[in-house]
Amino acid sequence: MSTFWSAWIIVLTIIFLVAVSWLLFANRKTSVNAENEAKTGHVYDGIEEYDNPLPAWWLNLFLLTLIFTIGYLILYPGLGNFKGLLGWTSEGRYEQEIKAAEEKYQHIFKAYAEVNIEALAKDAKAMKIGQRLFANSCATCHGSDARGNVGYPNLTDNDWLYGGQPEQILVSITHGRSAVMPAWASVLGSEGLGGMTNYVRSLADGEVDKNSDSAKTYTNMCAACHGLDGKGNIALGAPNLTDDIWLYGGSEAEIMQSLANGRNGKMPAQETILSKEKIHILAAYVFSLSME
Amino acid sequence: MAEKIPTADITDQLPEEIGEIDLYQKREKIYTRKIEGFFQRVRTYTGWPLLMGYFLMPWIDWGGQQSILFDLPARKFHILGLTLWPQDFPFLAWILIICAFSLFLVTKLFGRVWCGYTCPQTVWTSMFMWVEQRTEGTRNQRIKLDKGPWTREKVIKKTLKHGMWLGLAIWTGFTFVAYFTPARQLLSDFFNFSVNPWAFSWVAIFTMMTYLNAGWLREQVCMFMCPYARFQSVMFDSNTLIVSYDTQRGEPRGSRKKNIDPKAQGLGDCVDCELCVQVCPTGIDIRKGLQIECIGCALCVDACNAIMDKMGYPRGLIDYTTENRLRHSSDQKNLFLRLDVLGYAFAISIMVGLFIHGLLTRVPLELDIIRDRGALYERVDNDFIENSYTARIVNMSDDAHTFILSLDTNASGQIIGENTIFISPGDLAELPFRIRMAPDANPSPVLAITVNIRAQQHPQLNTSTETRFLRPTDSEYER
Repeated sequence: MSTFWSAWIIVLTIIFLVAVSWLLFANRKTSVNAENEAKTGHVYDGIEEYDNPLPAWWLNLFLLTLIFTIGYLILYPGLGNFKGLLGWTSEGRYEQEIKAAEEKYQHIFKAYAEVNIEALAKDAKAMKIGQRLFANSCATCHGSDARGNVGYPNLTDNDWLYGGQPEQILVSITHGRSAVMPAWASVLGSEGLGGMTNYVRSLADGEVDKNSDSAKTYTNMCAACHGLDGKGNIALGAPNLTDDIWLYGGSEAEIMQSLANGRNGKMPAQETILSKEKIHILAAYVFSLSME
Repeated sequence: MAEKIPTADITDQLPEEIGEIDLYQKREKIYTRKIEGFFQRVRTYTGWPLLMGYFLMPWIDWGGQQSILFDLPARKFHILGLTLWPQDFPFLAWILIICAFSLFLVTKLFGRVWCGYTCPQTVWTSMFMWVEQRTEGTRNQRIKLDKGPWTREKVIKKTLKHGMWLGLAIWTGFTFVAYFTPARQLLSDFFNFSVNPWAFSWVAIFTMMTYLNAGWLREQVCMFMCPYARFQSVMFDSNTLIVSYDTQRGEPRGSRKKNIDPKAQGLGDCVDCELCVQVCPTGIDIRKGLQIECIGCALCVDACNAIMDKMGYPRGLIDYTTENRLRHSSDQKNLFLRLDVLGYAFAISIMVGLFIHGLLTRVPLELDIIRDRGALYERVDNDFIENSYTARIVNMSDDAHTFILSLDTNASGQIIGENTIFISPGDLAELPFRIRMAPDANPSPVLAITVNIRAQQHPQLNTSTETRFLRPTDSEYER
């Protein structure tokens, strides 16, 4: 708020309070006629309005609210830019409540953090918490049921890009993952692209022609990450090409797209967003999804 | 302003000003005289059961639960074995509407009997007045005591009175809070000094309110705070029973000896004993006619009848009567057979009927389907389309159930993933699932689809809700 508007509000507030007080006191007396009945002169449908006295305690209540107002305006923000002597802010109040909630619930998370992930995955109560954490932080990409979508891996099958051991899942969630499939369009050329697409698809079919040109190109350029047998590498997050599970779609067009333009997989690190204890429960939940 | 308040010139009505009065009037304390009689006994009989009900309800259990407990932190209202959830809020609204209509009907028939007999303000004020009577004595003794100096006796009497008032107020405040937090726990917490600060503050607030309202404010609440007192006159008509003084019979009033014939003296039946004024809890003179302060308690009727009996006159100089009867008007109708009364009664019976029907057919199960926001749809094998949802299921019943999620049998889709879930009583659970459809199952890009849920063992415990299934348009399919 600029200084002008701040001053404007302060002046208006004070004028209003003074005017109200003046009104209360200026109207405390009225003249009466012989019947001791004062009337306002208002009449409607033959009904006249008396000018009867208010009870004095009513006035006292009003005075109390005026005193309260003054106290409030001194202690709390209200008068323009004046922050109030107590330094109260809505943000501070929010942080205070978050802190209180954390203190209230931290013992639950602390207790779960001491259980190892495999055991925790069998704890129904912890998994209910895990489900909610998942719905809040993970479901936007992986889906509420964790079955994933194009570009976001299915977490309920047993196919893992970075490994499905509890520790590996924990690392994936905590630090995130970043996978890069380079673009090969310029290297392969349009003919090579078609051949390589067919070769990659044949890896999943199991009918591999090991003597084709594409097979040699694969050995030279792709095997470093995806492995000679095409089974991928969990150290790099290079997908297994032989299991017919396609992160970016398994149709000819989609595979060609992946080969030509490359892909960038990004799992964001959660350590800056969630506490260590919550990530521990999340890892157990993700682990539990494919446990069966 | 387009319209001004119409005014009348009253300057000529003010022949001479006799001075100024304070518009903030100092209150005159009302000393009510104790009276016994028929209506006073009726009030005792209506007041006691209500008081007992209020004070005892939190201590009575019903089906292993406190009979009435408004559990605000858990958002559950337990009322006589019935558990109501926030979803059942319309029931509360209907109860209040039915109560309001009943109040209108009763007022139409009998005037402000609610105020005079059952309103907590009246009942608690009566209790406090009884204490006052016991500690400080009769009306005259109290006036004398207040005017007199602060003697040892006065201090003792006043201390005793306020002590007893506070005791009643604390009990009242405690009972009120016991409707919101388990009573036994609250009581033991109070004795251990370990009571939750919120519960303590509310007990303190309601204690103060009771003490001030019933001890100090009394009729001021009825006169200046209560909205009902202000709009009650709208419901009155000439056939409504109101406490009235029969002016024709009573006037001219005047004191007289018991055995003389008042007619010979030119007197009416009113002996001007002022007893009706002295017993009035709002301090009015009923002989001035119907006034906004009158709460219809009929204590003046009891007082006047006692005097009439003593004088050997017929009872009923002050009585529950109607304006038409007072005027001996031929417009007087049967109290109950009136169009507006029957209309109110008809409306109330319909509402009560629907309310009971709603309560009996209430399904303690709730299903919400939330679509995933991350993706409109997923394409899976063979160009099948899937949509992801989360079912949020609230088991509001008193038993644990395994619930089964299903689609209508004629729907073209099928549920993928887990479709059964075990939920304990009063618990909420979330079940993520997908619906899968064949690419040619449904040409519309948006399809309304009904999801059902039922308890495995109790199929009658079921409900359903509608959600949407999205699929790519044909042009998106081509890509």
